[in-house]
Amino acid sequence: MIGTLDPKIPPGPLDQKWRNHQDHSRLVNPNNRRKLEIIVVGSGLAGGSAAATLGELGYRVKCFCFQDSPRRAHSIAAQGGINAAKNYQNDGDSVYRLFYDTIKGGDFRSREANVYRLAEIANNIIDQCVAQGVPFAREYSGYLANRSFGGAQVSRTFYARGQTGQQLLLGCYQALCRQVASGTVGMFPYTEMLDLVIVNGQAKGIVTRNLRSGKMERHAADAVVLASGGYGNVFYLSTNARGSNVTATYRAYKRGALFANPSFTQIHPTCIPVSGDYQSKLTLMSESLRNDGRVWVPKRKEDRFKAPSEISEGERDYYLERKYPSYGNLAPRDISSRAAKEVCDEGRGVGPGGRGVYLDFADSIKRFGVETIRERYGNLFDVYKKITGEDAYKVPMRIYPAVHYTMGGLWVDYDLMSNVPGLFVIGEANFSDHGANRLGASALMQGLVDGYFVLPNTLPNYLAGQMGKRPSPESPEFEQAEQSVRARLEKLLKVNGTRSADSFHRQLGLLLWDKCGMSRNEQGLREALRKIPELRAEFWRDVRVPGREEDYNQSLERAGRVADFLEFAELMCIDALERDESAGAHFREEHQTSDGEALRDDESHAAVFAWEFQGDGQPPKLYREQLHFETVHLAQRSYK
Amino acid sequence: MNFWLRIWRQRDAKFRGKLVKYEVRDISPDTSFLEMLDILNENLLRAGEEPVAFDSDCREGICGTCSLTVNGEAHGPDHPGAVCELYMRKFRDGETITIEPFRVGSFPIVKDLVVDRSALDRIVQAGGFISARAGSAPEANSILIPKHDVDLAMEAAACIGCGACAAACPNGSAMLFAAAKVSHLSSLPQGGPERERRVLKMVRAMDAEKFGNCTNTYECEAVCPAKISASFIAKLNREYASAQFRQRLGE
Repeated sequence: MIGTLDPKIPPGPLDQKWRNHQDHSRLVNPNNRRKLEIIVVGSGLAGGSAAATLGELGYRVKCFCFQDSPRRAHSIAAQGGINAAKNYQNDGDSVYRLFYDTIKGGDFRSREANVYRLAEIANNIIDQCVAQGVPFAREYSGYLANRSFGGAQVSRTFYARGQTGQQLLLGCYQALCRQVASGTVGMFPYTEMLDLVIVNGQAKGIVTRNLRSGKMERHAADAVVLASGGYGNVFYLSTNARGSNVTATYRAYKRGALFANPSFTQIHPTCIPVSGDYQSKLTLMSESLRNDGRVWVPKRKEDRFKAPSEISEGERDYYLERKYPSYGNLAPRDISSRAAKEVCDEGRGVGPGGRGVYLDFADSIKRFGVETIRERYGNLFDVYKKITGEDAYKVPMRIYPAVHYTMGGLWVDYDLMSNVPGLFVIGEANFSDHGANRLGASALMQGLVDGYFVLPNTLPNYLAGQMGKRPSPESPEFEQAEQSVRARLEKLLKVNGTRSADSFHRQLGLLLWDKCGMSRNEQGLREALRKIPELRAEFWRDVRVPGREEDYNQSLERAGRVADFLEFAELMCIDALERDESAGAHFREEHQTSDGEALRDDESHAAVFAWEFQGDGQPPKLYREQLHFETVHLAQRSYK
Repeated sequence: MNFWLRIWRQRDAKFRGKLVKYEVRDISPDTSFLEMLDILNENLLRAGEEPVAFDSDCREGICGTCSLTVNGEAHGPDHPGAVCELYMRKFRDGETITIEPFRVGSFPIVKDLVVDRSALDRIVQAGGFISARAGSAPEANSILIPKHDVDLAMEAAACIGCGACAAACPNGSAMLFAAAKVSHLSSLPQGGPERERRVLKMVRAMDAEKFGNCTNTYECEAVCPAKISASFIAKLNREYASAQFRQRLGE
């Protein structure tokens, strides 16, 4: 039986829903706010901005991160920029157009009302960040500058060199520091959430482990906010930080929160190719490079071993410009990634193993001069040189797609509350705004919109009814949660096998990349669903975790995360199998147009798939949220 | 390539540490330094020994988590860059490499190569921000900032907060770190209203954390992965002197 879900979208015309909703939401009086405690798990753009803003409003906030400082959250690595529909360029941009580009970019698999709100609030984010001192790039006149990004025909992306994520994160880290100093926010670094505590059906706390001392702690609160990021590291190799993990959201799933669209994972087209099996991560080369770089491979297979300078203009295939003349090198990520895979599958890929394509700046250098290119992308060229030893001012970069972002996440309603009352989910950790594919420069936008403006306005709607209902951390629900966490850690330490957790993780990653990566098919997914439980059983038979529980134990930390990935991977493949259509980044080989583009099935799949945990070893239960498009017209996505 | 490693092992802050020698073999020159340590840890784990604890996260030089002293240099020999951006092709085959944590009195050792850098957070908490409540910001283009000023602010703001500056400084000074934040915010008109409070409070916090003073050795600039210029320290000193002067005048 398939259940249904109510996203609680407010009534009224699309452009007035958010205003109307705010006008009629419940509020918490300033004197009562300091009596309410809120837990925020994660300190990236979403969690950091939420914790700081809730602190400013006068709530008592506890913010947790596994890093040694909130400033190190992985949002910091975002390079290219942040979108907003300011229309400073007078090139026809508007809130509606940003909304439409985002819905279309997501291949019509996201919720209209949420995406419209995102586009509406994005402008306030630019204002807020400038006020905080974020040094966005400017023209000589002193006005803000913009650049273009994939999937849009307007220039709406604000940026701070190639370090936009860093500057935005430092802005919200500083706002957070101000609240820590004023005593409204308590910061808990190097602390990992290991379970969600539910009391009388409501999320009322978490169980954490201090990673430095190994000590377990219980924290009770009036509401819990998860801002723990995405699960891209399920693939082992990704552009995520080493520590990024699914544990917080997966633990919440096991406590009853629904996991939505887990198979929607974004493969970013421009990353430095894999160079060996010892590799621990993949490095992104910002999408902004596609503003000035041209992507190509040789026309003939035989030429792939030649030096790029020996391949004449006529022997090159600028395949994105050829296939998508109106967007060219700025085609959306899912499309560009698949196109790269396709030419490499044809045997025309370059570099070791033939898994790479050229990103060539020669024309732009000729047009603007080396200095301009250096000013725009200098730090990215430096990074490229460090990793590969090659100078991209002289020879084209070699790039290949890599796992980058996860559109799927915990299911939330319009208020960003999950199906578990009191559990809110923001940023990459939720599923809500990007459908089946996220456009570039939209992750930063979503994280900050959720944290600075949406959550602080929707949380009171729940909190207003919660005064005086915070349970004691000594209550049986907390005791039970702590015991189950302890039992699991002890179990990991007791296996005492022969292999490291990393070696299982790597094996899982290869399997998923092969069967549930850039393209998927029924047979492959069924094979993965057979192999994942075998690998998991092997893990619990043969993993070796040295050291003790009550200690700084990095092996234990990692083993716990890998154990969750080994369960979560199965959910991902189940979802990919159930979604019997192609949509955005989810490309099912069985469903493609005659020219190889994703073919949606709007009749039966214009819906969010949200999964409910039914117990270990039991198949999860599917809930569907039908997507209703009142404003946009569902169309075959075309970037030609 | 093959290497001998001398690695600082220390159970926790209370125990004495020592350098322990390990061998790693068949390392590809394209392996990053931290991946080489991953390989060592994998070997140690299989041999039933406890892996070496070290910090890292983004592994692309931006999060500031990694913090190793390699052959006496903070972040190793390939400047500018964090140690996660260091590749084994920078070393000679057969070389002996000494790996220690960042050595600063204000960064107590947690375990092996991991140190506690929360002192840096406390310096920012003391005043390294612009108080701009969400909701009160004016339209972004109503604040015009000359390109030169914003570029200068960006150069200072690029600091990744790793603490290498203090690790390299013979005085264990965090002046470059504090100078970067003070310069970033005071180069911008938005940072104006809190300019004096900010510098006074941050310098006071730095002293309270027992970081040393600057004696212009420029070691900080030499190891900074974000290429923060030591000239910002001069700016910090100017900002501090003028703020103190005005405070004494009772302004």
